[in-house]
Amino acid sequence: MTPKNIQLDEQGRLKHFLSIEGFKRQHLVNILDAAEPFANVHEQAVKKVPLLRGKTIVNLFFEASTRTRTTFELAATRLSADVLNININTSATSKGESLLDMLHNLEAMHCDMFIVRHNQSGAAHLIAQHVSPHISVINAGDGCHSHPSQAMLDMFTIRRHKKEFANLKVVIVGDILHSRVARSQIHALTTLGVSEVRVVGPKTLIPTQIESLGVHVYHDLQAALIDADVVIMLRLQKERMQGALLPSENEYYHQYGLTEKKLKLAKPDAIVMHPGPINRGVEIASSIADGPQSVILEQVTNGIAIRMAVMSQTLGHSHERVISKETTQNTGGRA
Amino acid sequence: MSDISQLTSALSSNSPAISIINGRIIDPANNIDEQTDIHLQYGKIIAIGKTPENFVAQQVIDASEKVVCPGLIDLRFRLRDPSYEKRGSISSETRAAVAGGVTALCCPPDTDPIIDNAAMVKLIRLKAEIEGVAKVYTLSALTQQLEGEKLSEMRALKDAGCVGTTNALRPVKSTLVMRRALEYAASHDITVFIQAVDPWLSDGCAHEGAVSTRLGLAGIPVSAETIAISRDLQLIELTGAKAHFCQLSSAKAVQLIQQAQADGLNVSADVTAHHLHLTEMDIGYFDSNCHVIPPLRTQRDQDALRQGLKSGVITNIVSDHQPHSSDAKLAPFAETEAGISGVETLLPLSLKMIDQQGMHLNEVIERLTVQPAKILNLSEGTLSIGANADVCIFDPEAYWIVDREKLLSRGKNTPFHGWELKGKVTCTIKSGEVVFATETLV
Repeated sequence: MTPKNIQLDEQGRLKHFLSIEGFKRQHLVNILDAAEPFANVHEQAVKKVPLLRGKTIVNLFFEASTRTRTTFELAATRLSADVLNININTSATSKGESLLDMLHNLEAMHCDMFIVRHNQSGAAHLIAQHVSPHISVINAGDGCHSHPSQAMLDMFTIRRHKKEFANLKVVIVGDILHSRVARSQIHALTTLGVSEVRVVGPKTLIPTQIESLGVHVYHDLQAALIDADVVIMLRLQKERMQGALLPSENEYYHQYGLTEKKLKLAKPDAIVMHPGPINRGVEIASSIADGPQSVILEQVTNGIAIRMAVMSQTLGHSHERVISKETTQNTGGRA
Repeated sequence: MSDISQLTSALSSNSPAISIINGRIIDPANNIDEQTDIHLQYGKIIAIGKTPENFVAQQVIDASEKVVCPGLIDLRFRLRDPSYEKRGSISSETRAAVAGGVTALCCPPDTDPIIDNAAMVKLIRLKAEIEGVAKVYTLSALTQQLEGEKLSEMRALKDAGCVGTTNALRPVKSTLVMRRALEYAASHDITVFIQAVDPWLSDGCAHEGAVSTRLGLAGIPVSAETIAISRDLQLIELTGAKAHFCQLSSAKAVQLIQQAQADGLNVSADVTAHHLHLTEMDIGYFDSNCHVIPPLRTQRDQDALRQGLKSGVITNIVSDHQPHSSDAKLAPFAETEAGISGVETLLPLSLKMIDQQGMHLNEVIERLTVQPAKILNLSEGTLSIGANADVCIFDPEAYWIVDREKLLSRGKNTPFHGWELKGKVTCTIKSGEVVFATETLV
């Protein structure tokens, strides 16, 4: 039984952006292509385009975040939308107001889009299923499930450096188990036709049956790095040292930290990525993070362009729809 | 207890004389499967076949084209009463039960307050007599407050009417306490109901497998179930206790129980109707109606559960009825309450085993009536002459579409909304009284 993909409307256009899963290759390529012109907006004297003028976008963050929220905010501002930031620590929702009640209150203020981050997997899907039909929902990270805009900005960064996805070997290193970024990256890479995705980590940090997502599992970083084109390091949450997932930071760095010596096993032109924030000396050596193969800061910049593309594609056509309806009426149904 | 029993018999002795005619009477306990009539009076079954002399039926129920069988017995059923009446009450949920053909149900002790004292047993039984329409049995807490430390007064609770004992969804962590609880229960011939789950491996909300990995949900591995079953089987062997394992969810669990039965241990097991029909895949994109404990597992596990039911390793089917208010399911998956409002779909889902698993109608009815009665040591679940007149009449060929809004239960939380099911209860009789009917009776 394949559940209905609520991310697309009846015309097959982007309605919500919740997870990479459910999209075809062309959908992803369209987003990447749409981001290209936005990537240069910041070089203009006036950094704004008027695509979403008059739209109200709500950043609804149930989990702390600086970078993701800021780039979404910048992206919305550059599209000329009005932005409202709401940070809700989970204790506020436990005051008795349910998540959905709060949403309905916000809807009553006539917003057009919710950008949602939540510490529970499935939160963005839940919200998308229950908002009024004119509202789009963008997932800015839900639990361990999905972080699709991060994955798309990573794909954008990879494409800028590697042109073709087909023959790449991509290595994702670290805490795959708890990583929504890794899950979204895996879906995006396999959908875009990357020939080999390797995930690396100790068994304690690799979720069961991850192979079913089309990846190869390695427990030895050095073996996994051989001939790699792209190396993605994941952030290691310090609290993983509790609960017997890992013995110590030292041991982790020794086994799974990316050092210059290990990086030499990858292709000479391999790029090194990290979704940030970096734990220097835990998952990656400073000299690599700041070195010539690192594209970590580019990822941040590209994040704005990708988020502009996703927002304008999801909200853009609701705008189009209104126009095309008018045209239809004026031209007697010719459109 | 005796006062409650007197109340019951006083009420049922007033019940009318009823003849159910032309039905296909199926009573697995007595090997009866024939088209004939059945006559009820004073709350008892008084004859099958010919109308007894001097019997004047006050009500005649035409059961042509229908099956007439003993009222169903559901071994796991949460009433939510007292304390959680927004989710369900004895009144609403026993009405849902009889609409599903269930005339007797068994309520676990994880109520609020917990059933670990005789007063609580009496309260629930009395409330059930006054407000309810189905018979309500209770299990006692195995340990005080279900804390897994001190034994409950399980003998006194048995004397107050409890039909077994269990720690419900709270595993007894200490092997020593579990051993002593089993020994004590065995001394008083009390069946211990075990919901097998390892406390250390069960901190999740879905089967640990491809779906939990894809959705980023914390998983519960099969070993959470098998480790607990294995430990308790060893203790059952040591203590000679009689045990019933609740809601098996995996192929390996079925295997363990099968082996234990072959080794001569006194163990039985049940499965929920939803585990026979759903797998982890049905969670789709976070459908919280599929959030259940134990979790829905793989197709292979489902096949093994069906096979175990057919072969008899699994002795009976339960609804594990858990009504919830709508809010309880409107949250991110892991934060929703687990459980299905299941009693009204119990029979048709079980009947699907005829077409899908090659079971015989009599076998399915047996696993919903006399088998659960045996586990509770009750002489119910039959249509024997002199037995309580608890009868379920259903149309085995009637198709209907499940509509959650039409459920009588206060809980609308069903993953089967929109499913077309075959088999619909048309009339339920408890202690000789018609307590549910879809058509007006003559």
